[in-house]
Amino acid sequence: METFLETVGLRKYYPVTGGVFRRKIMDVKAVDDVSLSMAKGECFGLVGESGCGKTTYGKTIIRLLKPTSGHIYFDVPMDVKEKIVELENSSQRSQELEKLKKRYDLSKFGRRKMKSLRRRMQIVYQDPSSSLDPRQLVKSIIEEPLKVQGQVKRKHRRERALEILGKVGLTERSLYRYPHEFSGGQRQRIAIARALAPNPKFVVLDEPTSSVDVSVRAQLLNLFQELQKELGLTYLFISHDLSVVECISDRVAVMYVGKIVELAPTTEIFKEPLHPYSIALMSSIPVPDPTAKRNRIILKGDVPSPVNPPPGCRFNPRCHMAMDLCRKEDPKLIEVKKGRFVACHLIKS
Amino acid sequence: MSNILEIEDLVLRFYTYEGVVKALEGVNLHVKDDETLGVVGETGCGKTMTALSILSLIPPPGKIEGGKILFKGREKTIDLLKQNEAYLRSIRGKDISIIFQEPSAALNPVYTVEEQISEVFLQHRKEELARKALEAIEKDIQSVKGGLKGFIYGFERKIYKRMVEKPRSLSLRFLSRIPVVRRFKRRLKKEAKKETIDILRKTEIPDPERVADMYPHELSGGMQQRVVISIALACNPKLLIADEPTTSLDVTVQAQILNLIKKLKEEFESSIIYITHDLGVVAETCDRVAVMYAGNVVEIADVKEIFKNPLHPYTKGLMESIPRPGKDFKAIKGTVPSMINPPSGCRFNPRCPEAIERCSIEKPKMIEVEKTHFVSCHLH
Repeated sequence: METFLETVGLRKYYPVTGGVFRRKIMDVKAVDDVSLSMAKGECFGLVGESGCGKTTYGKTIIRLLKPTSGHIYFDVPMDVKEKIVELENSSQRSQELEKLKKRYDLSKFGRRKMKSLRRRMQIVYQDPSSSLDPRQLVKSIIEEPLKVQGQVKRKHRRERALEILGKVGLTERSLYRYPHEFSGGQRQRIAIARALAPNPKFVVLDEPTSSVDVSVRAQLLNLFQELQKELGLTYLFISHDLSVVECISDRVAVMYVGKIVELAPTTEIFKEPLHPYSIALMSSIPVPDPTAKRNRIILKGDVPSPVNPPPGCRFNPRCHMAMDLCRKEDPKLIEVKKGRFVACHLIKS
Repeated sequence: MSNILEIEDLVLRFYTYEGVVKALEGVNLHVKDDETLGVVGETGCGKTMTALSILSLIPPPGKIEGGKILFKGREKTIDLLKQNEAYLRSIRGKDISIIFQEPSAALNPVYTVEEQISEVFLQHRKEELARKALEAIEKDIQSVKGGLKGFIYGFERKIYKRMVEKPRSLSLRFLSRIPVVRRFKRRLKKEAKKETIDILRKTEIPDPERVADMYPHELSGGMQQRVVISIALACNPKLLIADEPTTSLDVTVQAQILNLIKKLKEEFESSIIYITHDLGVVAETCDRVAVMYAGNVVEIADVKEIFKNPLHPYTKGLMESIPRPGKDFKAIKGTVPSMINPPSGCRFNPRCPEAIERCSIEKPKMIEVEKTHFVSCHLH
């Protein structure tokens, strides 16, 4: 599979200021050393509890936030990437590497360079009623990205907006209406239409279904799948609703306090999760079947604060299988089987 | 088994500028003793409004225009809709209490956890607390002899005796307004604090003494919800209404809270009305399920029955829209209708895949198809 987007050691820290002169006293480690790669045309699921850094990761990879360190490679040709890896391994600091990184690493891009890239990467937010401007007509909401990007001339914009609206299942009538006139599901469709207007290849879906009802949720999920097939999109699907992720994504990464603890193909991770946190997470999904037997692991306590994460493995205070090693050393994400990565001391390949 | 609560033909309307919103159109429900009744439905179908009408907490433009809500109180069965405000106040939080969806909105940010929980005790169990305080005073009196302290204790004893005998005494109310003198209330608060820590411990809050002095914003979502549950269960209510108590929480915390509610239900022997839109949660917690659509109850059955054999097309649609791996998502077409101009006949008919001509003309009645399985649909 061809890698489409890759992050290497991505970090995003938010400074906490305090004391005299508002010095920086510590960091909120929202995303801490995350290396993931997404294949072309795949739907990549990212799950975790609230506050674990899912959304920050999603925003950082499309450079709505500037990463503290790490690299983001977006649609880099294969041979260039190979060269980068090769140069990085050869310990010497070469000028060529710097040059290549400057050219291909998103984390080093300036504003102007990013702007032209934005048409290829878009985001759909969680709550459409706050992500859509209440004083803009649907028409101008959808036309705005086209205007900013300068892709489509003025006289053709309306045509393009209509085409996109048709794709997300809205009619011409909704063009001259305001967002508040629509229901929650329809509003989310408008937000999707806005994201798809500049014809992107990569879309971050940040909990797109959590603010809508069950019956509408199914409609939206269908729409996402159709659009993916039709337009050849790559998704990063961020969600805390595991049952939705199970249905829509090809691969799933489980995040816990800024780190990836497990990464695997969807069917495998739901059938047989390996990391203790994933096991607990999967077992806490309510099953819509009253006769089903459950073997539920209930986690004690709350998610630790990312300001002061526990030493060693971040899950150790809540883990029922924690050993001494877990409290001292942070486990690395290792490949256990083909395509399955776990960060846990208990699991060895 | 008898019913602790019966709702008969409840009609609720909101008079707005845009027209009359027919929020509830003849809701019939009953809750048995010691059971958990799940109420499911989409946003705006009237789940929360049903719950709020039980407590007569409908927000202003709303008016209850008909029906009965019969509640089996401590002595006799009463119609909650016919009671005055003072009586309702004595019931809210004591016999019937409610857990709201958003714990951070349900708690007051400027009071500590202890103040908020002990408020319930001071409101509903004042006599009991006064009696306990009196016992403590008697003990103190024995340990001191005369002097100023003895005089103060004597004074306090007098007040508390009166409080036990005549809880609504005018002179006591007067005394509690005078500075310095009103310090006698401290003993009452002390007793309330003991109870508060007790109830916090029951809801599995670690280190309850410390948490009691915290403000809500210092707690995480799961802990806040536990505090809300503590407030709701403070007076051992006979009926607990849980209005989407876990919607704003994470799955792992949701599992904790669901477990807690289950455990406490057995301990307190309460009946629960569990309002939710998550069918997975319903399957795990409820004994019976009522499905609501656009202000009507469309189907009621035992939880096993309804998952095995859903009869109403809307219930079927809901069950099919649960995402299951390897299957396509089957969505219900269209959206929930406006409640100002609801469709005639059965309110589900414009979205119903099995609609017949009769559906748009006549409103179906609730019929018992099988034992304890009720459905309101012309097809059955």
